Amino acid sequence: MDFGLSEEQEMLQETLKGFAEKECPTTRVRELFDAGLGHDSALWSGLVEMGIAGLAIPEAYGGAGLELLDVALAAEVLGWAGMPGPFLGHSIAALAVAAGGSEAEKKAILPGLASGEAIATVALQEDDRGFAPGDWQTRFAEGRIDGTKTIVAHASIADRILVGVAGGRFAWVDAKAQGITLEDQGGVDRGRPIAKVRFDGAPAQLLSGGLDASERTLDAASVLLAADAFGAATRLIELDVAYSQSRQQFGQPIAQFQAIKHAIARMATEIEPSRGIWWYAAHALDRGHADASRQASIAKAHVTDRAMDMARQSVELHGGYGFTWECEVQMWFKRIMFDRSALGTPEQHRERSARLGGW
Amino acid sequence: MDLTYSTAHEAFRARVKTFLEGWPLKGAEAERPLAEQEAIFRNRGIEAGFVYRHVPKRYGGSEQPRDAIEDQIIQEEFYRAGAPRDLTSQGAGMLVPTLLEFGTEAQKARYIPPALRGEESWCQGYSEPGSGSDLASLQCQARLEGDEWVLKGQKIWTSGAQRAHMMFGLFRTEPNAKKHEGISYLLVPMNTKGIEVRPLREMTGGYEFNEVFFDDARIPADHIVAARGQGWQVSRATLVHERNLIGNPFMMREAFQDLVELARSRRRNGRPAIEDPSVRQRLAEIEGYVRASETSNLRQFSAAQRGEMAKVMRPVLMNKVFSTDTMQRIARCAYDLIGGDGVLAPQEEELHGWGRRSTPSGWVLQYIFSMGPAIAGGATNIQLNIIGERGYGLPRDLHRGK
Ligand SMILES: Cc1cc2nc3c(=O)[nH]c(=O)nc-3n(C[C@H](O)[C@H](O)[C@H](O)COP(=O)(O)OP(=O)(O)OC[C@H]3O[C@@H](n4cnc5c(N)ncnc54)[C@H](O)[C@@H]3O)c2cc1C
Repeated sequence: MDFGLSEEQEMLQETLKGFAEKECPTTRVRELFDAGLGHDSALWSGLVEMGIAGLAIPEAYGGAGLELLDVALAAEVLGWAGMPGPFLGHSIAALAVAAGGSEAEKKAILPGLASGEAIATVALQEDDRGFAPGDWQTRFAEGRIDGTKTIVAHASIADRILVGVAGGRFAWVDAKAQGITLEDQGGVDRGRPIAKVRFDGAPAQLLSGGLDASERTLDAASVLLAADAFGAATRLIELDVAYSQSRQQFGQPIAQFQAIKHAIARMATEIEPSRGIWWYAAHALDRGHADASRQASIAKAHVTDRAMDMARQSVELHGGYGFTWECEVQMWFKRIMFDRSALGTPEQHRERSARLGGW
Repeated sequence: MDLTYSTAHEAFRARVKTFLEGWPLKGAEAERPLAEQEAIFRNRGIEAGFVYRHVPKRYGGSEQPRDAIEDQIIQEEFYRAGAPRDLTSQGAGMLVPTLLEFGTEAQKARYIPPALRGEESWCQGYSEPGSGSDLASLQCQARLEGDEWVLKGQKIWTSGAQRAHMMFGLFRTEPNAKKHEGISYLLVPMNTKGIEVRPLREMTGGYEFNEVFFDDARIPADHIVAARGQGWQVSRATLVHERNLIGNPFMMREAFQDLVELARSRRRNGRPAIEDPSVRQRLAEIEGYVRASETSNLRQFSAAQRGEMAKVMRPVLMNKVFSTDTMQRIARCAYDLIGGDGVLAPQEEELHGWGRRSTPSGWVLQYIFSMGPAIAGGATNIQLNIIGERGYGLPRDLHRGK
């Protein structure tokens, strides 16, 4: 019994943090945020070189052979760094294929994802319907798909798209194939540009995994979004601590006002103890625990909601500056908005956890 | 990360479970008063090495090697079985660690064994009418006259003083020294002439804490722990022990399960309340906090096992505020679920059992009770200062320490 990270896991986080500090300091986060591309090929190559693109891809297919927990630990650091890039969608697609693909499918798809040769993303959410596998209406028939997906992150730079289709299964498409049209949706988190993607008879390949495999993939996505939000929230605490000690009013640093000190202590107390929720959920999915889906929903709901509360207060703590485009806080604030709203709001995940709990 | 137990730990759990088949007691023993039964079983627990594991044998403990996972297994299994284990009274929980760290050999030999057995009960004499959060400003005086301390002044909010044989308390012995340096830690027999205990009624309706008055009460000079003027450090060190106690998430989980059961049994709009979307949302949100508490606890005891407590310093500092808030959320949600029954008064017999949650009035009491922990043992604002200052390096309040 050991509910803690291994040395390798701590090392992974440290190495990634070192890379982020060097290659993606706040100034670079800002440039990328303003450019709105949500991608920087140099940063992505750096991640690929560290093996981050294929963390959970089995070694036999060129990956690092690690688990969801390791991917989530990487997501935490990237959330902390505010680093833009296709990591989340790419990782979710890789996990889906690794978990639900046949031998031939894995061979065909995974090595390219691990080597970074191809960037993948996922297309799950449908307008007016939902994000869950049972909600998907996009049709797959005779090697082609028809339907419209919305909020597809990094669609414009993706080479491959994993598409949720009716029956709760996944289909795999080449993003540059015929019959695919993108409509830019902008996106509040400029580190994650989103698009509506229309498929009109686009050639696709159906993956072998069934509804269960798709549900697990969605659970994994929930955990990764929670980990990302957790990382972003811890960065906001750091920004708050630093700003409150440098900003002076009434002849003293504002941190000297107990209202500010207590606000930070409270925010931290909302966030810090929730670290174990997403650790646990990731581990439960890795080990196939019976309550894994429920834990994933609790993690998504709780961590992203608490992070959003925290982000709101971080804005306030920075005063007028906090409301500006210039202030760093907004970039992490918006990252958390994305993490909270994408693939199921806290309300939806709470209802799911209630149902799975037999309530 | 590994949530499975090693074979050694599984075997240990099996031993604990076998041992726990002995509770409740059977036969003639089961006819004895409950307190005696508990004492009998606790002594067996000491012999078996499950109770008072970190107290040396010569003082009545079972002196086991440190193993945080075994501690956790014991806590979990004893809690599940409702079996008596280490007393968490002021004596066993606070005085004993203090004496182990600072007491003389004679003090340890004299006071620890009866405190562990609950035969000699203790109360904590810290707070005074003028000194609560600012405890170091305390004024209750102890003057050395010959070979006796002469005590004069008042303590307040002293829980259990009406039953206690002894008090460990903080007294000002060096009136001319600086605030924190003029305090000593004394051991006071409650039957000393010149001590009067007056009960205070709590908002629950019960009588648990008291005022204690000292009118030239005389106690032997050697009833001091550590040197004169060191009482503040002694009491702080004990508080560190207290805060390092990782807490008991099973208690919180049990309260939450009771809340879910309540939601199943109460009705809203003619249907079980648990089917109401707003109730489901609220329960699920509270469970997020309960899960945070449980997993934070898992993380802390794993860190203890690895000898890496420094890595979990922040969550440790947060334990008290977090569990206080979570228990309040649970109690408040239950209070809302009982609806109009929230006007009921707690029943007399419910006052004695902490937290009976089977009746609406039991939940009313639970709700009232849940106010206490935010104040006792250091008010939440003071805890937030500690989290901000020690956890995140924020500046200390300006006025302190004068
Ligand atoms: C159920 C219960 C049992 C207790 N048992 C015992 C016992 O056995 N022995 C014992 O010695 N004591 C006991 N206490 C007393 C308890 O330790 C004190 O009540 C507590 O430390 C607060 O002190 P106070 O009551 O004087 O409140 P105060 O210190 O007057 O606080 C009043 C309010 O002011 C706030 N405040 C005070 N200072 C600051 C500051 N610097 N910054 C911000 N806010 C501040 C507090 O947070 C609080 O909200 C018990 C209390 C309760 C409720």
